[in-house]
Amino acid sequence: MTLLGSLSLWLAFLVGLWGAITGFAGGAQGRADLQQSARHATFALFAALAVAVICLEIAIFRHDFSVQYVASRTSRNLPTFYLWSALYSGQEGSLLFWAAVLSLFGVLTQVLTSRRHRIYLPYVAAVTCLVATFFVSVMLFAANPFQRLPFTPMDGSGMNPQLQNPGMVFHPPMLYLGYISITIPFAFAIAALLTKKLDAEWLVAVRKWTLVSWLFLSVGLLIGMWWAYVELGWGGYWAWDPVENAALLPWLVMTAFLHSVMVQEKRGMLKKWNLALIIGAWVLSIFGTFLTRSGVISSVHSFTQSPVGYFFLAFLVVTAVASFTLYATRLPLLEAEATLESMVSREAGFLFNNLLLIGIAFSVLWGTLFPILSEAVRGTKITVGPPFFNQVNIPLGLALLAMTGVGPLIAWRRASLANLRRQFAVPATSGVFVLLILLVAGMRDVGALMAFSIGGFVLGTVVQEFARGTRARHRQYGEVIPVALVQLLSRNRRRYGGYIVHVAIVMLFVAFAGMAFKTETQATLRPGETATLRGPDGHVYSFTHLGISQYNALNRQVTAALVEAQRDGKPIGRLRTEKRQHVDALGRPTFEPSTEVGIMSGLRVDLYVVLAGLVNGTEQAVFRFTINPLVWWVWFGGFVLVIGGLIVLWPGGVVVAVKGSKSSPAQAGYAVKLEAER
Amino acid sequence: MKAGTKFALGAVLIVGSVGYLMASGIKQTGQYFLTPSELAQHVSADPSFYDLGLKVGARVVRGTVAKDVATQTLSFHITDGTVNYPVVFKGLPPDTFTDSVEVVVEGRLQRDGVIHATNVLAKCGSRYEAVPKA
Repeated sequence: MTLLGSLSLWLAFLVGLWGAITGFAGGAQGRADLQQSARHATFALFAALAVAVICLEIAIFRHDFSVQYVASRTSRNLPTFYLWSALYSGQEGSLLFWAAVLSLFGVLTQVLTSRRHRIYLPYVAAVTCLVATFFVSVMLFAANPFQRLPFTPMDGSGMNPQLQNPGMVFHPPMLYLGYISITIPFAFAIAALLTKKLDAEWLVAVRKWTLVSWLFLSVGLLIGMWWAYVELGWGGYWAWDPVENAALLPWLVMTAFLHSVMVQEKRGMLKKWNLALIIGAWVLSIFGTFLTRSGVISSVHSFTQSPVGYFFLAFLVVTAVASFTLYATRLPLLEAEATLESMVSREAGFLFNNLLLIGIAFSVLWGTLFPILSEAVRGTKITVGPPFFNQVNIPLGLALLAMTGVGPLIAWRRASLANLRRQFAVPATSGVFVLLILLVAGMRDVGALMAFSIGGFVLGTVVQEFARGTRARHRQYGEVIPVALVQLLSRNRRRYGGYIVHVAIVMLFVAFAGMAFKTETQATLRPGETATLRGPDGHVYSFTHLGISQYNALNRQVTAALVEAQRDGKPIGRLRTEKRQHVDALGRPTFEPSTEVGIMSGLRVDLYVVLAGLVNGTEQAVFRFTINPLVWWVWFGGFVLVIGGLIVLWPGGVVVAVKGSKSSPAQAGYAVKLEAER
Repeated sequence: MKAGTKFALGAVLIVGSVGYLMASGIKQTGQYFLTPSELAQHVSADPSFYDLGLKVGARVVRGTVAKDVATQTLSFHITDGTVNYPVVFKGLPPDTFTDSVEVVVEGRLQRDGVIHATNVLAKCGSRYEAVPKA
């Protein structure tokens, strides 16, 4: 298997190189035979990498511990579920996973791209082949997943217990899918630059791909947050860890792109900016990979330090310089077709939204790199942590949230005073209403008050948009209200799906703001003893230690504590929290003990219980009790975000008119829109 | 005033506030990240280094870890090979904390020469790979 695996890696390397060369050459010389060859190379690349992935999975499932990768990440008693995830739980395997998925995306692009955009495909094939070849070469020259050990151990050393969580099975692939698929819009951007066909056509070709990778990144980030929350046991879901930041950066830039792209479609402006965003998002995704794998910045996520980092650094520098140089030579072709007419216009709204998103991205990048920068410039390492990121990003985030509501309300080109009054009356009232209620209820935290009332404002805008659109259809076509609502949504998926995503963003912000009110206590309890804690929802919660049980499971020794929770004296359920000592097949301990958190989740608060340890082996136990407000809304908001994204992404529906293609009857039946644009 | 100029003013305002927020954020929340030797140098050069929020990255000295589960206090020594500091931490250490692990201690060095930690992070080689057995 290792021989076949290594061979297919070499084959992938050669085929990938061939695809890159023929793609670029075929595109430049317009030779159909070379272009065809590049296309086929993409298919062959995928086939070769698929064989390599299968070889590695077979080695993992057969417990072939003569393979170093298998021996160091798995063991005989590892549950089958996690054998699958072992493919991408280590450096070498995740590189293979990355390259294979990229080649799959490459194939999909070649197959799914419409005839209209065929002209870009040779270059797209070349770029995807080139990037995949880079990953393959890292494996071949620095981190081969098929590396054999000089001897075959009896058993592998097992998987880190913190990775033995369902979240870890889905979080890395989702995040990787997001990271990897950014390469496709990037490849189209490079193709557009090379072919000099820089009208809005290439945007149409990449729009869905950008959304796909944005969705994957979102889901990856959310599952990562969920994993951190249920597995790491520190009580939160976002720690501004460098690797989290690295994944957030491309997400922010992509979010900016998804908005500013509309300005280019509508008005032919921001061409330079959009291209720069796509290239930037891709460079940041490679930068994130570099951060994770090089160990330059210490992080809980980092892989072991290895020469792989240098490969990525070199690749990062070369590709960033090459892409931006190419970009610079094409700048004269990217002049805007229109100018900004008014500050109070949709265009300006999008621009401010973009500036805020990029501002947030920049501050996150700066904070992440600050230890390195300060050491290089001043000789002492100065670190910044969550306080820095919160201090900077809370005001910026609130401004961005406000723009989420303001943007859709302002007309394109130039908004009149009457337009503004008509649009803002209801949403502004709903924001003020929320503010007043919370003030009366006694909330005094300024940040949270702002988050909640701006959230109310944004919700008001979305409801108003849906209501007006539905009413317009009802009047115009005589559809009953529910039908009109569904029709509205399905005829203008992009617009109304986008609003649903806005609702999700409001939920997320509300949940983030809620964390300002979390309460926490630690207690050492004998069985039967009780600790009480006042929750932010005004109720008093008490936790009674019921007892300890100890037993052996498949690959671990478990010490479990059972706790009964009461709200205002009434029992509401039991929570169970564990200390796990993982063991190998012979019962010898592997890894450090790990903690399983007990969580009882609700719409208003989560009860979160951590067993810290037993006092001298007795049943007296040390607990940490946390009451986390509104956490449920992070996960539900994430769900709504995915639904909204899928609605936008769903194929079919109305083709939105693109600036330049001169067909705007597609916008008919769009009463509100037309009215606003008068 | 032209729309472009007005927009530029708005943009400058946003960029300016991002810059201001970042600068003030770093000033107010930035922490020195030092090795024990660097900390000793700083302290001898400048006594104001006592009682200043900082992070120290070092290795736990084997055999110095004392846990008092009942009072939730953890005490241990850290070293970078040349300079050694005692650390006291009230709270729950992370799962990965053992004697001999690499740690980042966040806290303040008091005049008694003890680092009173508010947070202890254990740096394992990798979350993704087994800790090599010694």
